[in-house]
Amino acid sequence: MTTVNTKLNRRSFLKVSALAGGGMVLSFSWLAGCKPSSEEELLAMPKEWFELNSYIKIGDNGRITIFSPNPEFGSNIKTSMPMMVAEELDVDWKNVIVEQADFYPERFDRQFTGGSQGIRQGWKPLRTAGATAKAMLVAASAQTWNVPASEITASNGQLSHAGSGKKAGYGEMASLAATLEVPEEVTLKEIKDFKIIGNSKKNVDGQKIVTGQPMYALDKKVEGMKYAAIVQPPAFGMRLKSFDKSSISGMPGILDAFEINVFKEDYARNFFDTTTFPDKIAIVGNSTWEVMQAKKSLKAEWEKAPDTTFPMAGRGGQANNVTIPGGLENTSSHKTKMAEYIQKPGNVLRKDGDPEGAFKKAHKVLERTYTAPFLAHNTMEPMNCFADVKGDKAEIYGPTQAPDFISGTISQAIGIPKENIQINLARMGGGFGRRAYSHHLVEAAIISQKIQAPVSLVYTREDDMAAGVYRPTYSATYRAALDENNNLLALHVKAGGIPESPIHANRFPAGAIDNYLAEGWDLPSNITIGAFRAPRSNFIAGAEQSFLDELAEEIGKDPIEFRLELLKRAETNPVGENNDYVPSRYAGVLELVREKSNWNTPKANVSRGVSAYFCHNSYVAEVVDTVIKDNQPYVESVYAAVDCGVVVNPDAAANMGEGAIVDGIGNAFFGEMAFENGAPTKTNFDKYRMIRHKEAPKKIEVHFVENNEDPTGLGEPLFPPVFAAVANSLYKATGKRYYEQPFAPQLEMQNLRM
Amino acid sequence: MATYNLNINGKNLQVDVDPNTPMLWVLRDHLDMVGTKFGCGIAQCGACTIHLDGNAVRSCQLPVSAVTDAQITTIEGLSEKGDHPVQKAWIEHDVPQCGYCQAGQMMTAAALLKSNPSPSDEEIENAMNGNICRCGTYTRIKAAVKTASQNQ
Repeated sequence: MTTVNTKLNRRSFLKVSALAGGGMVLSFSWLAGCKPSSEEELLAMPKEWFELNSYIKIGDNGRITIFSPNPEFGSNIKTSMPMMVAEELDVDWKNVIVEQADFYPERFDRQFTGGSQGIRQGWKPLRTAGATAKAMLVAASAQTWNVPASEITASNGQLSHAGSGKKAGYGEMASLAATLEVPEEVTLKEIKDFKIIGNSKKNVDGQKIVTGQPMYALDKKVEGMKYAAIVQPPAFGMRLKSFDKSSISGMPGILDAFEINVFKEDYARNFFDTTTFPDKIAIVGNSTWEVMQAKKSLKAEWEKAPDTTFPMAGRGGQANNVTIPGGLENTSSHKTKMAEYIQKPGNVLRKDGDPEGAFKKAHKVLERTYTAPFLAHNTMEPMNCFADVKGDKAEIYGPTQAPDFISGTISQAIGIPKENIQINLARMGGGFGRRAYSHHLVEAAIISQKIQAPVSLVYTREDDMAAGVYRPTYSATYRAALDENNNLLALHVKAGGIPESPIHANRFPAGAIDNYLAEGWDLPSNITIGAFRAPRSNFIAGAEQSFLDELAEEIGKDPIEFRLELLKRAETNPVGENNDYVPSRYAGVLELVREKSNWNTPKANVSRGVSAYFCHNSYVAEVVDTVIKDNQPYVESVYAAVDCGVVVNPDAAANMGEGAIVDGIGNAFFGEMAFENGAPTKTNFDKYRMIRHKEAPKKIEVHFVENNEDPTGLGEPLFPPVFAAVANSLYKATGKRYYEQPFAPQLEMQNLRM
Repeated sequence: MATYNLNINGKNLQVDVDPNTPMLWVLRDHLDMVGTKFGCGIAQCGACTIHLDGNAVRSCQLPVSAVTDAQITTIEGLSEKGDHPVQKAWIEHDVPQCGYCQAGQMMTAAALLKSNPSPSDEEIENAMNGNICRCGTYTRIKAAVKTASQNQ
């Protein structure tokens, strides 16, 4: 049992009574927000709800509503976060209604979906919320029955006192419990006593999804609402010069067109204030189709943007001046420049031993360079937002991973204080990092304020794909020094990108090699980048794990055995001090995937590759089986072993893992964004190739290491290892190594069908 | 602008729109049926799939003027109580992640099973290949289509 101090996250336990005097201006659908969706639910709705803390309200009939604090983009936290609350509250999951909380920083910590941190960082606070409410129900029963609280048991929504035989449902004690003081300390369950955590629960929104009910921002409609589209510059490095409103006035359904500016001049941008075109044109009309038609007819003049410098907060929050260079960039010149940088010294990020000396005396040096292009996130739901700005108040309903990071940006843009801006969290049609940058919310707010009416803003797919915030393009050169007996003397990695380096200098294989050197470099660009599922890891893992595969072959060792030997070294006699991984857990997933894939006895006709990586606090190893049939390579099976601590919702966790693997295979084979004269060469799915049903693996197995570690990341860690596992299995299938992503063009040059 | 009488999910509905307006936007903006989703606008992703006389079609490329004599079915009308075998199978396999593409996936799957009640793996892959799922739920979709096929 763990005793936790509830003071640590006191604001989660605010009650309605405290708020009543607190002068909250915004309405919050706190006690009236339940929307029963089935007949069963309708029958069982209580007459009155009692709020025990920010996460929990209990009905007089024992129904429980649990608020899921974080925005949902498909990782299923709307189910798994409430499961953690319900576990400690000790209720029957069947009696739980889950609701999406709105953005409410006074009540919830970290309403941010990203960095695979939802479950990890919610683990203690959410369970504490459940345990606190349970303790208050116990205290209410003790008071009612006049018996000591310590003699009362609470389980499955029922309170009982063995001595007197008294029993009550949570609903009967809820009204009194809601008036009691919040206990200062509560006890959390032991893992072995979990009943909900670790038992798969279906997606709480499953029925709504399969029946097409409104859940996304784009589905919102109110009386008097107008529709808006944007027109943005045609290329990176361009900006708006002027436009001719008369070119579309008189078109059917068109009401207005005007310039919008996301940033006021004196505004200091935060770390997530990346937007490619802060100044653009908005077109407003009576329907989506009509504004989309007007977009095509609008005459606008664009001009080349000069170098621009502005202050922007870095990852740590400190403001630095950022300069965005002018110019129209090309993929071909990116490649040339990146090749030049490989030859230049980089910034030393980590150095152990004497790598230069080791390379000098090496008998053999293996050197390989890996590259990958920019990638677009391509969420299925394009950027969009509903906004209704009236007077000094604003209601925003939009797809955002990071409401906290955009509320200040909205505030400065429309001149309304943050506390008067209500951001309601729509279910997102995908995120993958893209919606951590939520300037579509700002744009909708500006448009609504300007037209003095509620508005639904939607990007076309072309707008969305050309709006930047991409995964950067990267390059990594690995070198290994071997002695005459094929012992590994030194490893050197030099990696960079446009506009950031992908290096995590303290990760494996750092710590396992006596002489180690990591160097980074970066090149400025006006092509904007942002978080993309496992930032930086999503490239460097592929490079590193492809290189280790080739190195193992050079040395003459089994690729899993070779990695295990390195990890043994890192565990027993680590090099350096800042190694940020636990070697035994890393080895654990390799051993598990070796067992589950029957590594040493693959099926006939399959070609096998392995890869492993640590990121977002979790360890993943994957084996990919490739088959070439009718001259066409495809991934037949994938086996994954994952150590992410306790798994809250196993089937949903497996789903997430399967999706990350499919995502990885798709991007390894096809993912690519390129530029000509600053313009993206692909702006829709006719040119930007996405993985489809036929290319998905026939089978994916996701195996979790069973342990009692606190939960760690899951949405991202299964993604990075896929690239090398695919490359290494393709090597076995074709005899060629794959150094340049995406792999499809090279495979086609080998006369294979892709 | 012109007036169109449409038969959608067994109901007769009237809209007054430009003849070129795609059914996607007629449904979403004019009839408040928002289960059909906008993904690409060029019939490449399948998020907007509906049934036209039982066949799966992309509503983003289907002008309203072309459908006046047809029976249209959308995700809202796939079943009365949300219990079409495809919908039940989607729940059983807990298919959706973000959920945005799933209405289109299910409409394609339902049309497939109507014309081919027992599709092979290859037939499922071929029929579903026009529907992109960015979350990568393809293996679950295939399993759900098979389950739905068995439970029709």
